[in-house]
Amino acid sequence: MFESASNVAGKVDEVFLYITALSVAFLVFITAVMIYFVVKYSRSRNPKAEDIEGHFWLEATWTGVPLVLFLSMFYFGWTNYRYMRTVPRDAMVVKVLARQWAWAFVYPNGKQTSELTLALDRPVKLELESADVVHGFFIPAFRVKEDVVPGRKNYTWFSPTVVGSYDIECTVICGVNHTYMLSKVNVVPEALFKDWYFGDSTEPPKAAAAGPGTKVDPTGDPGRGGQLAQAKGCTACHTADGSKLVGPTWKGAYGRRETLLGRDAPVPVDDAYLVRAIRDPQADVVKGYGAVMPPQRVSDQDVRDLAAYIRALP
Amino acid sequence: MTVADTAHAAGGSFLDTPGRPGIAGWIFSTDHKRIAILYLTAMLTFFAIGSALGVAMRLEQLTLGETVMSATTYNAMFTLHGVLMIFTFVIPGLPAVFGNFTLPILIGAKDVSFPRLNLFSWWLFMLGATIAVTSLFTGGGPPDTGWSFYVPYSIKTGTNVPLAVLGAFILGFSSILTGLNFVTTVHRMRAPGMSFMNMPLFPWALYATGWVQIIATPIIGITLLLVIFERLFHIGIFDPAIGGDPVLYQHLFWIYSHPAVYVMIIPAMGAISEIIPTFAHRTIFGYRAIAYSSLAIAGLGSLVWAHHMFTSGLSEVSVLVFSLLTFLVAIPSAIKVFNWVATLYKGSIELTASLLYALSFIFLFSIGGLTGLLNGALAVNVHIHDTYFIVGHFHYVMFGGTGFAFFAALHYWFPKMFGKQVNERLAKIAWVPTFIGFNMLYFTMMVLGVQGMPRRYYDHLPQFHWGHVFATVGSWVLVLGLLMMFGNLLAALFRGKKAPANPWGGVTLEWTVPSPPPVLNFDTEPVVNARPYAFNPGTES
Repeated sequence: MFESASNVAGKVDEVFLYITALSVAFLVFITAVMIYFVVKYSRSRNPKAEDIEGHFWLEATWTGVPLVLFLSMFYFGWTNYRYMRTVPRDAMVVKVLARQWAWAFVYPNGKQTSELTLALDRPVKLELESADVVHGFFIPAFRVKEDVVPGRKNYTWFSPTVVGSYDIECTVICGVNHTYMLSKVNVVPEALFKDWYFGDSTEPPKAAAAGPGTKVDPTGDPGRGGQLAQAKGCTACHTADGSKLVGPTWKGAYGRRETLLGRDAPVPVDDAYLVRAIRDPQADVVKGYGAVMPPQRVSDQDVRDLAAYIRALP
Repeated sequence: MTVADTAHAAGGSFLDTPGRPGIAGWIFSTDHKRIAILYLTAMLTFFAIGSALGVAMRLEQLTLGETVMSATTYNAMFTLHGVLMIFTFVIPGLPAVFGNFTLPILIGAKDVSFPRLNLFSWWLFMLGATIAVTSLFTGGGPPDTGWSFYVPYSIKTGTNVPLAVLGAFILGFSSILTGLNFVTTVHRMRAPGMSFMNMPLFPWALYATGWVQIIATPIIGITLLLVIFERLFHIGIFDPAIGGDPVLYQHLFWIYSHPAVYVMIIPAMGAISEIIPTFAHRTIFGYRAIAYSSLAIAGLGSLVWAHHMFTSGLSEVSVLVFSLLTFLVAIPSAIKVFNWVATLYKGSIELTASLLYALSFIFLFSIGGLTGLLNGALAVNVHIHDTYFIVGHFHYVMFGGTGFAFFAALHYWFPKMFGKQVNERLAKIAWVPTFIGFNMLYFTMMVLGVQGMPRRYYDHLPQFHWGHVFATVGSWVLVLGLLMMFGNLLAALFRGKKAPANPWGGVTLEWTVPSPPPVLNFDTEPVVNARPYAFNPGTES
């Protein structure tokens, strides 16, 4: 849980340990002295007290020594922070798109994913953009955090140093699904990253894609549709297992008659409805849900695949 | 029996002599002592509501996924918990209750400078608090933005931000007017012979705090109005879609809200500076240093606000300056801690419940202050900002600090205020679960934060689960302790033994008048000609 998987983690941890060690020492000392005095100078043990008003050299010492120690804490905090803000020239730039309530990552070659796949030991600069409100981009295992502020170009950088999968969390309250605005960083060896980067898949390399591969099916490819639903962040608000999140579940949705906002007669959830729901989601919202889904940037084939996926669900 | 005790027996206390009959004798009274009790009653009610919200939130975190409420409700709960606790309990805090009751008496005055303004401050407090609580039930539902109301989310959310923010705006005026009243009172109404350097340390603290209240609070007032205007009229100051700047909001918010935490803690420190000498039966160590450090904390503390914004995208120069100043403001607080502990040296110490709470304050405030050093260090801040580490840190300073000082002051001045004595044994027994539960709850939060648990989360990832369970159990132990403590105080109110004028052997002016005091405090104006806290004349060094 205190795992340390990036080059900046050590920089953070050494300052943390320095300040914590001094703090614990001070706390133990002052508490021990306090308890000692309360016992030694209790009423019964010391009936006559003394009005000691001050002691110049003692007070000067306990002003000067903390001053020097606090300034040293500031100094190490500052120099290590400078390292964390100085981006190396060869860092790969990945755009991080934050919106209520999903993360998307756009690579230099245009690939867009819902999880951040990275090469081991290669520096990456993350350029943070928000589509709506302030979010916070946090990778605890890497000690990386920066706010994503709409209208601002915030950034952060690091090199992942241990292969594995790590949590990404949002750290600024951004609405009802703030808690579930989660993603992952997947760190893989460089060779594997290169294969994945130049390939078609928007899934992380370790997860094998289910269903048919690269053939484009004019009637829609449900396997690819399932991948898209993950990659585009749809699953942040819609489930396939019947549980209700911000949006209606897809389980059993196809063919069902739904009552829509602003319409009296129920309408069947058919292909035409699904196309409309993806392209222009605010037009026909299912009653009981808010009009919060943003329109999706998807190709015609994407829409066919997504519709096929939803149609194929039990 | 002193003269003061005889006067009390004749039935001439302020509790026996209302200006009007019934409730009007309270809510239209300009007597600073009645106003103090009005504040106490209201504030403890809001503290109870705020605590209930906290307990409910902890209950939700007891299991993964939904436990007892939806995410929408949870987000509203932590928002209201923050708004009520901060604006209706901790900020009015010791000044509104103990400042109002004791300040005039401590400096030898009959009342504050502006008694009618004082009553008006209480009415504003009640109006603002009522409006804030009303936001729970009206409009699009209670606000879900957190008490910091960050834009653009507070502009876009359909929940009842305007009403909550209006409540806070009105509460701000109560704070400004109280500060104004106290600063003027200290300047104009000290008894003959009481120079600033002969004044006890609680008035010093209230004085420094009053300046911060006057200067800083108007900024949050204007900022909250601007949020309302942005929502209603789209003026484009904060909303980036129409040319505004969300970080401007953060600067404006924190340039008040950081000094506000010093409004919360300086009076608490002032009360501790009264309590420790009394129960150590000796003078305070380093009187001058403590007096000046209150001013230093108020001054320096007004310059560090952007240490709440280190991850917002500020320039490297900005973050350097704010981090450096943050470390400097820790010095005067450290000095106070040393001076309080040194006051125990060669004392003759009586470990009353009040002193027990005061000593706990030193321990808990130290933890809060030391974790503040971690927050102020730039490299570390990147990791712990917006996590449960911060939540643990501020509860240690605001609750372990101001809260425990409030409890210490309550036990200390209870006999003076109500003329009844509190059962010491039961008070100390109640301290045990309070102290243990507090640390179970909030220390765990700091561990969770370092492990990566973000704040304002309705649910949590599985690796954080056992920490949450432990913290929730801690919250139950803490509440048990608080109920025992308040139960004991209520029992004292109705069935306590009569209190003498000076139950503790204190040497400040409030212990020279009856318990409770008469309406105008003093029969004859006291004349002061000695340094404060002269417990053992002839042993000075």
